[in-house]
Amino acid sequence: MPRLAVPEPPDDLEPELRRSEPPPLPELSETEVLRHFARLSHRNYSIDDGLLPLGSCTMKYNPRVNEQLARLPGFAAIHPLQPEETVQGALALMRDLERFLVEISGMDAFTLVPAAGAHGELTGMLMIRRALLHRGDDRRVVLIPDSAHGTNPASAAFCGFTPEPIASDERGQVDLAALEARVPRGDVAAIMLTNPNTLGIFESDIARICELLHAHGGFVYADGANMNALLGISRPGDHGVDVLHLNLHKTFSTPHGGGGPGSGPVGVRGELVDFLPVPRVVEGEDGLLHLSTDFPRSIGRVAAFYGNFGVMVRAAAYILEMGPEGLRRAGEDAILAANYVRKGLEDVLELSYETPTLHEVVFSGRRLEKETGCRTLDLAKRLIDHGFHPPTIYFPLIVPGALMIEPTETESREELDAFVAAIRAVVEEAHRDPETVKGAPWTAPVRRLDEVKANRQLVLRWEPSAD
Amino acid sequence: MLREIGAASLDELLAPIPPELRLGRPLELPGPLSEPELLEAMGELAARNRVVAGKDSFLGAGAYRHHVPAVVDHLLQRGEFFTAYTPYQPEISQGTLQAIFEFQTLVCQLTGMDVANASMYEGGTAFVEGILLAVRQHRGKRRRVVVAGEVHPWYRDVLETYAANLDLVIVDVAADPETGRVDPEAVGAAVDAETAVVAWQSPNFVGVVERTDALAAAARGAGAFALQAIAEPWALGWLEAPGKLGVDIVVGELQALGPAVSFGGPYVGMLATRKGMVRAMPGRLAGMTEDVEGRRGFVLALATREQHIRRERATSNICTNSALMALAVTIHLALLGPSGITEGARVSRAHAHEALRRLAALPGVRRVHSGPFFNEFVLEFPRPAAEVASALAERGILGPVPLSRFRAGEERRGLFAFTELNGPAAIERLVAGLGDVL
Repeated sequence: MPRLAVPEPPDDLEPELRRSEPPPLPELSETEVLRHFARLSHRNYSIDDGLLPLGSCTMKYNPRVNEQLARLPGFAAIHPLQPEETVQGALALMRDLERFLVEISGMDAFTLVPAAGAHGELTGMLMIRRALLHRGDDRRVVLIPDSAHGTNPASAAFCGFTPEPIASDERGQVDLAALEARVPRGDVAAIMLTNPNTLGIFESDIARICELLHAHGGFVYADGANMNALLGISRPGDHGVDVLHLNLHKTFSTPHGGGGPGSGPVGVRGELVDFLPVPRVVEGEDGLLHLSTDFPRSIGRVAAFYGNFGVMVRAAAYILEMGPEGLRRAGEDAILAANYVRKGLEDVLELSYETPTLHEVVFSGRRLEKETGCRTLDLAKRLIDHGFHPPTIYFPLIVPGALMIEPTETESREELDAFVAAIRAVVEEAHRDPETVKGAPWTAPVRRLDEVKANRQLVLRWEPSAD
Repeated sequence: MLREIGAASLDELLAPIPPELRLGRPLELPGPLSEPELLEAMGELAARNRVVAGKDSFLGAGAYRHHVPAVVDHLLQRGEFFTAYTPYQPEISQGTLQAIFEFQTLVCQLTGMDVANASMYEGGTAFVEGILLAVRQHRGKRRRVVVAGEVHPWYRDVLETYAANLDLVIVDVAADPETGRVDPEAVGAAVDAETAVVAWQSPNFVGVVERTDALAAAARGAGAFALQAIAEPWALGWLEAPGKLGVDIVVGELQALGPAVSFGGPYVGMLATRKGMVRAMPGRLAGMTEDVEGRRGFVLALATREQHIRRERATSNICTNSALMALAVTIHLALLGPSGITEGARVSRAHAHEALRRLAALPGVRRVHSGPFFNEFVLEFPRPAAEVASALAERGILGPVPLSRFRAGEERRGLFAFTELNGPAAIERLVAGLGDVL
């Protein structure tokens, strides 16, 4: 801390508003702090440790050069309220990224402000709500497939909508017949679809679904969590969807950071462009780029500033590094990797649906449990002892004991082989020695943790008395 | 691999996508760029932004340039932290989970509150989530929200956006234009039996410290919750902890304690409250427990509040938050300790007061408000503040933030912020620079 070299200011504040004592923060040396957090880091499994096959999370390699770029002073040290003429490079980067995302997705325009996928969903649904109200239409029902991520109904509810589940059919796709019966009733504001869906299955009726919704005055919201499967191959905008959010922290390789920050840009088509949040990057008559709020139909601001710029830098860099062929190759290789894993496991685990899958695959643990008494949770925990992060488990909810695997394109064949071998070994163990599987993990920093205790005797902070 | 799968070609794997829905052409995008080409291309964009040293930047208004020790970013760059996923498998996520638990602890220690969550996206959304927490805690029976005084206009805007469909009535109580403070009596008069929460910011948007104790009393007197927003958390090295002044919910922006200014993000929102409100809180919480052998460990607690379990009845739709930025704040607060935050607040405040003394002596320049301030204040100039800011930028000085970026009618006013970085020499340059451009 620089030493005080100016006069001490007068005490002009009411004494009761001034601190009576310093905050009781810990008192540590730099060495102690560094070691403490270095040791904590050893207790994490990350992409840098190995394959991280969480379904619909797209845990791909995070390119290191992008970390370096985001830390360039020209990006990291610029203040959001500098005069606009002094941040033309930043505004150009945002405009370029918007254009890249428009081309990749087939949407008409993007906002980069939302900070994460769920924030993007909220933004998108607010636009749909505003557009409907603009038509004088107060319809409230939002159809959400039973395979959807929990953020979808939560986001819809935050916008004043009433979520209504729509069933999946025997293909693992939205039940078109049910939809054709439901939508014409005229109260459906929108459907929220993930495509490919959380089973890894492409919603092959998507164009028909869009026509159906549009014919009856509704909108189609596409959750782009699984956009990795479509990169350079197929564009949601061309399918007819009206709103699409992307996860830069999934498809575009920016790191998850142990739970954030992310970035959830939202693309829209047609009439919805007018409702995008402010500010938007526009080119002025002076030839400069500006952040404009002059959009009278806009839903307004969804965050104080302009979004997670540092994440945008990384994503723009990723797109430039990959180029058009590279992005398509990423999509194809993600599909290849997932199908390779599917093939490697389909004889030992029960496939949830026979339908071909793209970038991820969902198995059911039901049969294994019946045969061995080992649940999906046990299998997942035992996988830790075999050196891997488990897949997403018990989601989607429509698959009993679901194991949802998304390997991504940045894994080598050798890593995929090792992962498949590890799962096969655990399945074999479940038959031979179920108790070892049920007691797992044995080699992690801690064994199974008591979640019931954690919820009953809430300890959410350290306190001197609790030490 | 295709042979193993039993597919003749990659195209066969794409068969589920109907041909008419395929793009059928290459994407029209630049690249691919090699790493040196990428460094050059991005370097050119970065070079088109004006970077000034922290000491010569006097910009604030929700984003602040403080010194962050090198060890913070060093630790942030450990792949074990930044390439980890959300800690859904606690046995192999103890690093992240314990760090969240420590973040929750440090936020509580700083604010005097009982419980804090694992982070929100940023200050604006944290402000809204805090208000919605209060509404929820009243079980939705009170739907009136009183926003008192100079809350950051863009936080207020985000509230407007979110509240559009939530059947809330938002009432603003204006600040006294002379002092920049809101009158607790006027606030008291605006609070009624329908009011769920009284929300203010302190230090507020124009830098002035509010009467937090009286505002909290005004809220509580009518059974409403008291919410204080904080955009410059270093102020808590000087100001009494909100928890000791009757505040029920503390929300705000913690960027000043860790993340770079980075043109507006990623930042990290804070949300802290009292024990009795924990079940209505939004966002993740890390809780302490033990494993089957009795060893201490951490898990995500009260997950039944969250969207992946409760779906449309969840307390919030937030999933991904700002974990890595929260880690930066955690490491920084651990380094600062009680004396570091206190001294940083003391130096920042002293720099601001010294600068005001010098700047207000310039002809035609005056401070607009008379209320006590921490490290920010609004000056009025004889010419538009945006012109002043641009002219100073030409001289390598950033500041003030013109109020015209936020609202009409105050074109000649600009907001200056000072931190420990803006020492006497920098203040001297600012005084000289401002003298030149006026």
